[in-house]
Amino acid sequence: MSEKVRSKVKELLDSGRIKGFLGIRQADGHLGPHLFTDGGELEGFAVGDLKRPGDTRYPLNKQLVTLMRCYPDDSFGVLVRGCDERGLKTLITWNQVDPAKVVAVGIACPPELAAACECLKPYPDEFVDGEKVEGSTFASVATVDAMDLERRLAHWLHEFSKCVKCYGCRDICPMCFCKECSLEQEDLIHTGDLPPENPIFHLTRAVHMAGRCIDCGLCNEACPADIPLRTLYKKVADIIAHEFDYRPGYVKPGAKPPLNILGEAPRE
Amino acid sequence: MDYRTVLTTCAYCGCGCSLYLEVLDGRVINSFPCKTGPVNEGKLCVKGWNIHEFIHSPKRLTRPLLRQNGTLAEVSWDEALDFTARRLREIKEAHGSDSLAFLASAKVTNEENYLIQKFARAAVGTNNVDHCARL
Repeated sequence: MSEKVRSKVKELLDSGRIKGFLGIRQADGHLGPHLFTDGGELEGFAVGDLKRPGDTRYPLNKQLVTLMRCYPDDSFGVLVRGCDERGLKTLITWNQVDPAKVVAVGIACPPELAAACECLKPYPDEFVDGEKVEGSTFASVATVDAMDLERRLAHWLHEFSKCVKCYGCRDICPMCFCKECSLEQEDLIHTGDLPPENPIFHLTRAVHMAGRCIDCGLCNEACPADIPLRTLYKKVADIIAHEFDYRPGYVKPGAKPPLNILGEAPRE
Repeated sequence: MDYRTVLTTCAYCGCGCSLYLEVLDGRVINSFPCKTGPVNEGKLCVKGWNIHEFIHSPKRLTRPLLRQNGTLAEVSWDEALDFTARRLREIKEAHGSDSLAFLASAKVTNEENYLIQKFARAAVGTNNVDHCARL
């Protein structure tokens, strides 16, 4: 898949349109994130498919935000799948990324990955490689929703009880850009507790994902305890979509997220 | 602008998780797990996620310190090693080899860990060898 993407990146770098391209590179037997800065040096260029499509995705948008904070005058390119593009749009909404300084190079995800992610839109608006595949519904959410309330609560309490409080879900999250994190606020959470307070720790994060999570699934992949965080945040996204008709990354960049709006009166 | 992602191994315990260090203009600013690391498969514990922090920490010891009249003072490596060798010998002669113990570390190489246990067993004559990951 990477040949067309590589040509596009080479063109962007050679023309000087971008100073660097955040993508994936194969080196030392591993696939890892890399900033390509020279169109003549694209050896090992990859899109993150090692054994299976998309099995080596990285939070490139998170690295992009870091670079843009330090080098605000430079333009950068970044590899985006459908989820990453939703992430870019949301980061623009939250004023973390200057849209004039970013060039997204899109790829569409293959059916296997799209289905595994239960992705609503497994392709960016524009892509240079891959085939457009229709999105799927959130089957994992439906499975949990089918449980009665008591069983559902028991299910989540059991899942949360496995947490080792590594903060990996937050640390890998491309949408977690806050300088002060609620998960480290003594007023909200007993920060010294291990295991963390159940379910307050996870629900605090879940609330913060409302109107922000773009369903990339990196948190789920990074969790050493295999907590199905993605299912939890998918459910949160469904609630926000149902209540406020708002889904992060699917709306025009700049549209105000619902939790940033102070309403006139509480909803009935 | 010099931005690199450097593949390395976590030094906090003996598991050997693969991770990438984000290095911007010579400063290590972040760490995240390597998806293709056979040990950790894209996951890290809280220590691994924060391993970049000690690299530039002002609390990090960069020179040997020797306690003199109750306070720690910087000394040369020669002075520190001479003192250590003299005291190890004195303690061993006065109280026997098993009155000494040696603490190996996950932050050094296999070869260095091999050397410290060899030194403990062959030079000093004790099996009192432990490792910082058990602290």
